[in-house]
Amino acid sequence: MTDATGQLTTADGKPLKAALAASLATRRRRAFLLVAPLFLFILVSFIVPIGQMLYQSFYNDTFSATAPNLVQWFDEHPAGSEIDESAYAALAADLALMKQEKTAGAAGTRINYDVSGSRSMFTSTARKADKFEPPFKEAILAEEKKWDDPIIWRAMRSASSPFTFDFYLAALDLTRDDSGSIVPVAEGQAIYKTLFWRTLSMSIEITALCLLLGFPIAHLLAVLPMRKAMLLMILVLLPFWTSLLVRTTSWMVLLQSQGVLNDLMVWMGLIGDDGRIQMMYNQTGTIVAMTHILLPFTVLPLYSVMKTIPPSYVRAARSLGATSWTAFRRVYLPQTLPGIGAGGLLVFILAMGYYITPALVGGADGQMISNMIAFHMQKSLNWSLAAALAAMLLAIVLIFFWIYDRLVGIDKMKLG
Amino acid sequence: MKKAMMLTTALIATGFAASAQELNVVSWGGAYTVSQVEAYHKPFTEMTGIKVNSIDADNPATPLKAQVEAGNVSIDLADIELSDAIRLCDEGLLEEIDPAMLPAAPDGTPAADDFVPGAIQDCAVANIVWATVVAYDASKFPDNPPSTLADFFDTEKFPGKRGLLKAAKRSLEMALVADGVPGSEVYEVLGTEEGVARALAKLDTIKDSVVWWEAGAQPPQLLADGEVVMTTGYNGRIFNAMIAENKPFNIIWDGAYMDYDLWAIPKGAPHLEDAKKFLAFSTDTQRLADQAKYISYGPARKSSSALVGLYQDGKTEMAPHMPTNPDNLINPIWTDPTFWADHDVELSEKFNAWLAN
Repeated sequence: MTDATGQLTTADGKPLKAALAASLATRRRRAFLLVAPLFLFILVSFIVPIGQMLYQSFYNDTFSATAPNLVQWFDEHPAGSEIDESAYAALAADLALMKQEKTAGAAGTRINYDVSGSRSMFTSTARKADKFEPPFKEAILAEEKKWDDPIIWRAMRSASSPFTFDFYLAALDLTRDDSGSIVPVAEGQAIYKTLFWRTLSMSIEITALCLLLGFPIAHLLAVLPMRKAMLLMILVLLPFWTSLLVRTTSWMVLLQSQGVLNDLMVWMGLIGDDGRIQMMYNQTGTIVAMTHILLPFTVLPLYSVMKTIPPSYVRAARSLGATSWTAFRRVYLPQTLPGIGAGGLLVFILAMGYYITPALVGGADGQMISNMIAFHMQKSLNWSLAAALAAMLLAIVLIFFWIYDRLVGIDKMKLG
Repeated sequence: MKKAMMLTTALIATGFAASAQELNVVSWGGAYTVSQVEAYHKPFTEMTGIKVNSIDADNPATPLKAQVEAGNVSIDLADIELSDAIRLCDEGLLEEIDPAMLPAAPDGTPAADDFVPGAIQDCAVANIVWATVVAYDASKFPDNPPSTLADFFDTEKFPGKRGLLKAAKRSLEMALVADGVPGSEVYEVLGTEEGVARALAKLDTIKDSVVWWEAGAQPPQLLADGEVVMTTGYNGRIFNAMIAENKPFNIIWDGAYMDYDLWAIPKGAPHLEDAKKFLAFSTDTQRLADQAKYISYGPARKSSSALVGLYQDGKTEMAPHMPTNPDNLINPIWTDPTFWADHDVELSEKFNAWLAN
């Protein structure tokens, strides 16, 4: 029904297009208002703090903000310049400033991340800083002769810019030598690469175990009659609802060398009282406890996928002559892939960042990278290094996510 | 950056915004906090009418640093370790404390002379001296009990699992003392590459037998479960298991690792004057002696020792259990906070790498 101008109008004469757009916009606004609280919550409690944390991994101004004169000197003199009297004059001025502002400890801590033992050089020399007179080089070296070590000046140069990748180097067991080129850290000090590998391999092992154990359970849940399935489901969900700490502690009670399992084996005469097996406070303990804790995360997605697979498919395959193994492999298994993918990915990502369980039952060799991140957050207070380690962990998880998307396709994932 | 941090922290901290007549005191929790509440908080509230909120933290230095850096401080007073007190003070995060504000001893000795050496720092005042000691289950060694730190590392003569704190600090020093280094020279040796290698080599000899612990409540638990026969632990916690819970444990005082816990006031504390008042009150001679009634940590004032009496059960004499008792000061290791402020990064990395491989 078009009028002379060819435009559709509503009953009150407005152009229909505009009226439609207005009503859609109102609806969109209303929908946004509904989502807004959640969006705001995620922004404030999740995105902003994580962003701040990641920012700290490459931005650290504790030295550059407290030593303006040295920053200026490093700007004017390119790397390789001789550390002359003017450099020491800048150092003396900054130390005096640090004394006044009480920042020598902070500046020293920053340099100490690179050069062990340098922190007290800052605090002790700064204490005398207002007594220094030219020539500054002699005055400062008379106070503390380690100041002419080129490695200190190299470290200060690298810290003179608040933007730094030093923490990522440290997180990869790398450091810089006197000349500033990147070299591996000393033999006995390398730790993070080993831990990243261990975290990765343990997570893969745990994921594989969860799938192996979860698959039959999920299948049973899907094919059993309703009543029995419900009972089984409760058995799966009950531990899921139980506190993580309680479950971890229960495993400690079961597996420790004076624990239930060892006592039982001693009582049955399988092992001697002095031959108790160490199943806790090592990698085995961590894998056992984490597999148990993460198992529901594979069972539930697998179950929801298996529930939708009609049993007639396998029956048809069997009636067409497939052996039970072929029918399973060619017909049933491919249909469960979205569940395997979802459960596997979920467990893998959770396992990569697991913290409490390895901390409690990991002992010496069951520690994961998250325990190191916690160590730097809570004990050494080196938050920049913790942030760099966390950023790398995040990157690894994202890489796996990407590989998964490439191989299986994220749209095929089915969580429940 | 700072602003954004302030904003988020402010949102989180609104929960604890405090009113006028209150004081937020952060400490370590457990039997230790109980002793402080009984000996300091309650009498202080009675005297001044100021309510004291006791807050627990795994290490009170961590929330303190976070709050001061974010510029939104709700803590008025925190109980922190010596190395943290010096480090945070150097970083300008703590209020300076004038020793003149601390009350003199009853006999008139000024506070500066009454406190044990090192107990009064620029920004913090010690309330207790505590020790990390070796404790063993006496029922496991009926005939020939271990008596030295070296015995802790001797798994042939004293078979069984060992409990050890999973940290470079303390483990390395105790390993050196067990290897024959006098407690007073530990830091000279540990300052060299060979010294670190020597300490790690000593730890290597028991590495396979060690159950590592992290929280102070774990060592008595490990001993009671029979999971270890000997463990390092905090003397107050071991005392608690021995006396309050009647466990057959004994303490080896040889090579005990001595440290302070200190009160510190964060920069920007909301109730600065009250916090100072509390600090002076809680570190007077009587209050420090009172605390010893609840836990076996040594008062940081010399004049308090004479007033230390019986445990709260009314029959256990506290003096023999104090780390500061002269009979217990056998070859002690006094912590060196400057050494640790300098070498913490390097030694922790080496220790963690040793542990992981």
